[in-house]
Amino acid sequence: MTTVAAQITPLDAAPPASRQRWIERLAGLGFAAPAFILLVLTNLAPLAALAFLSFTNYELGALDFSFVGLKNFGTALQDPVIRRSVTNTLLYVAIVVPGGVLISLLVAILIHRRKRTRALYEVIYFLPVTSTLIAMATMWQFMLHPTLGLINQALKSLGFAEAAFLSEPRLVIPTLAAIGIWQLVGFNMVLFLAGLSAIPRDLYEAVDIDGASHPIDRFLKVTWPMLGPTTMFVTVTTFITAFKIFDTVAVMTRGGPGGASEVLLYAIYLEGFQYFHMSYAATLTLVFLAFTLVFSVLQTFILDRRVHY
Amino acid sequence: MAGLTLRGIGKTFGDTAVLNNIDLDIADGEFLTLVGPSGCGKSTLLRIIAGLESQDRGSVSIGGTSVDHMRPHERRIAMVFQNYALYPHMSVFDNIALPLTMTRLSLFERLPLMRHLSLRRRRVMDEIAREVRVVAEQLRIETFFHRRPGQLSGGQRQRVALGRAMVRHPQAFLMDEPLSNLDAKLRVHMRGELTELHARLGATMVYVTHDQIEAMTMSDRLAVMDHGEILQLGTPADVYELPATIAVAQFIGSPAINLFPARVGSGGQIELLGRTLPIDVRNAPAPELTIGVRPEAMRIGGGPCTITCRLRRRENLGSESILHFDLVASPEVPVLCRIDNGMPIPEGEVTLAFEPRDCHVFDNNGRRIEVESRNAASRDVRRASEVR
Ligand SMILES: Nc1ncnc2c1ncn2[C@@H]1O[C@H](COP(=O)(O)OP(=O)(O)OP(=O)(O)O)[C@@H](O)[C@H]1O
Ligand SMILES: [Mg+2]
Repeated sequence: MTTVAAQITPLDAAPPASRQRWIERLAGLGFAAPAFILLVLTNLAPLAALAFLSFTNYELGALDFSFVGLKNFGTALQDPVIRRSVTNTLLYVAIVVPGGVLISLLVAILIHRRKRTRALYEVIYFLPVTSTLIAMATMWQFMLHPTLGLINQALKSLGFAEAAFLSEPRLVIPTLAAIGIWQLVGFNMVLFLAGLSAIPRDLYEAVDIDGASHPIDRFLKVTWPMLGPTTMFVTVTTFITAFKIFDTVAVMTRGGPGGASEVLLYAIYLEGFQYFHMSYAATLTLVFLAFTLVFSVLQTFILDRRVHY
Repeated sequence: MAGLTLRGIGKTFGDTAVLNNIDLDIADGEFLTLVGPSGCGKSTLLRIIAGLESQDRGSVSIGGTSVDHMRPHERRIAMVFQNYALYPHMSVFDNIALPLTMTRLSLFERLPLMRHLSLRRRRVMDEIAREVRVVAEQLRIETFFHRRPGQLSGGQRQRVALGRAMVRHPQAFLMDEPLSNLDAKLRVHMRGELTELHARLGATMVYVTHDQIEAMTMSDRLAVMDHGEILQLGTPADVYELPATIAVAQFIGSPAINLFPARVGSGGQIELLGRTLPIDVRNAPAPELTIGVRPEAMRIGGGPCTITCRLRRRENLGSESILHFDLVASPEVPVLCRIDNGMPIPEGEVTLAFEPRDCHVFDNNGRRIEVESRNAASRDVRRASEVR
C-alpha cells in the first residue's frame, strides 16, 4: 500500500493534504446523498408542490388554473370556519397535552413497581393504542349516548344530571379530548416505563439515606429530573399527535354540533376532498404545518434548556 | 460516632440463604472491613445495617439503640456506593448539601416554588453552605462546586460521594466497594486518603471489599466472609498469620497459599508425600490433613521439611519473582514460591524447604489445628523482631 501511494503522490499536481480533503468531502457527500435524496423526494418536493398550489386557484379536475398570489391566505384569515377550527384545535391540544403526559406519567409510576400485575396493566393501558379508532369510535358513541350510554347511566345513578356529551357545543371538544387522552395514555406510559426502568436504583437508595424518604421528595429529587429527556420526547410527540386530531371528529361529530367541533385537519379534508378546493386546502395545510413547526421548535428550545441529560 | 452491634442476622432471598446468623460487634471509631469472594453476602449485610434491606432474623443496633424499626435516614448513617450514586442533575454543591437540606428544611420549604416564600430558608441555606464548604475543603473539591457529577473524573466523584457522606456527621460510614471503579493507581492513592480520613475523623467505618489488599492495608479488623457466614474476625495480622480455615488462608494473601494433602503418620507426626515432618499432630480429629505454606515461606534448599518440585514458569514482578512449580509426586498440585530477584533461578527438579513454624495445619473439615506451641512461639519471635 505505502509503495503505491508513494508512487502516485509525486505524479499528482495537487498537494496530498488538499487532495485528501477533497476525497473526504466527496465521500461525505456520497454518504449523505441517499438520505438527502429521500428527504427531497418524500418531504421537500411535496412541500414545494403544496406551496406552489397555494398560490393558485386550482380545483381538483380543473383543466386550467391561474396564479392568484396571496388571495388564498387572505381568504383563510377571514374565513370564520378556519378561525373556529384553529381555536378548537388549540383548545383540544391544551387539554390533551397536559392530560396525556401527566396521566400517563402517573400510570407509569403506579404500575412500575408492580411485579406480577405489571404486565396485565401494561396490556390494559396499551389496548387503545393497538385498536383502530374508527372501530373504537362506535364503542364511544354508544358509551356516550345521551340516554342509553353507560357513562350517562353511571352519572344518573350517582345523582348527577345527564349530559349530551357529543351534541352539547360546550362539551364536545373536552369529550373528544378525553377520548384522545384515552388513546394516547398507553403509548406514553410505555415510554415513561422505559424511562423509569433506566433510573439507577441506588439513586433512590442514596436519597433514602440522605433523608428524602417522603414520596414527594423522591419524585422531585430523583424521578422527575431523571425522566427529563423522556418527558420532553413524550410532550413533543403528544403535541404533534394532538394537533393532528381528525379521526374522532370525522367519525363521531363531523364538526358538529353547529361547527363546535370543527378542527384544522377536518377543515382541510372538507376543502380538499369534499369541495375539491385543492389550492385552498394546500394553503390551510401550510398554515397547519407552520403551527406544528413553531410549537415544536419552541418546545424543544424551552424544554431543552431545562432538561438534564 | 457510635459502635454497631449485629445479633443473629439472617437473610434469605427466595429459598437461598444469603446470611446465616451473623454476630458482629464493631467498636466506636473502628475501621472494620467485610471481605470475601463475590456473592458471599457482604453487600447484603451492609445494606441491612443501612436499612435498605430488611433482615429476616436478628437485630441491628447503632450506638446501643436498636434501629430495626427505623428508616435508613433515621439511623443517621452515611453510605458510599460502588458507583457513587451522585445525583446527576445537581451540582457538586447541591449533591453534598442535599442531606442537610433534607433534614433542616420542612417539606414545604423544599418545594420548587415555595422556597422564595420562606424567610427562614435563607438563613438555613447560608448555614448549610458554610458547612458544605468546610467538608469540601477537607476533600479538596471546592474548586468544582458548580460542576455536575458527569463533568468530574472518577476520583473526584469519589470524593464528592465522601463529602456527601461526611457532611451530616453520621454515626457510622458504610462503604460498598467504593474504590472498585477506579484505576489501579488512583485506587492506591484513595486507599491512603481514606485511611487518613478515618484517622482524622475518628469515625466508625464499615468497608466492603473483595480486594484483600485493601482489606489488609486499611482495616483495624477484618471479617472474612463466605457463603453468608463470618469465617474469621481479627486484625489483619492475625488473619494472615493464623487463618482459621482453609478458605480464609486461601482468600487472604497474594499469591495464594500453597496447600498440600497430608496425613497423620505413625508417630503422630505429619506425613507429607511419604516424608515425615517434625510436627506433632496427635490432636487431629481425623487422619486426613491439609498443610498450608505461604509462598514467601518457601525457599530453595534443604531442611527438615522439604518437597520436590519441577519449575513450570517464572513471573517477574521486578524486585521479586513468583516461581510456579508442580509437585513431582503429584503434578496436578501447583506450588508457588516467592524469591528475591538476584537469587539464581533453578532448573529441572528442585527441592523446596520450609520451616515447621511456617506450616498451617488444617483438619479434614478445613479447620485450623493448633500444633504444639510452635506456631504461637514462632509468632512471638516474629512479633519481637518486628518491634525491634
Ligand atoms: N434482591 C435480591 N434478590 C435475590 N437474590 C439476591 C438479591 N440481592 C442479592 N442476592 C443474592 O445474594 C447473594 C449475596 O449478594 P451480595 O450482593 O451481598 O454479594 P456480595 O458479597 O456483595 O458480592 P460482590 O462482591 O459481587 O458485590 C448473591 O448470591 C446474590 O445473588
Ligand atoms: Mg457487593
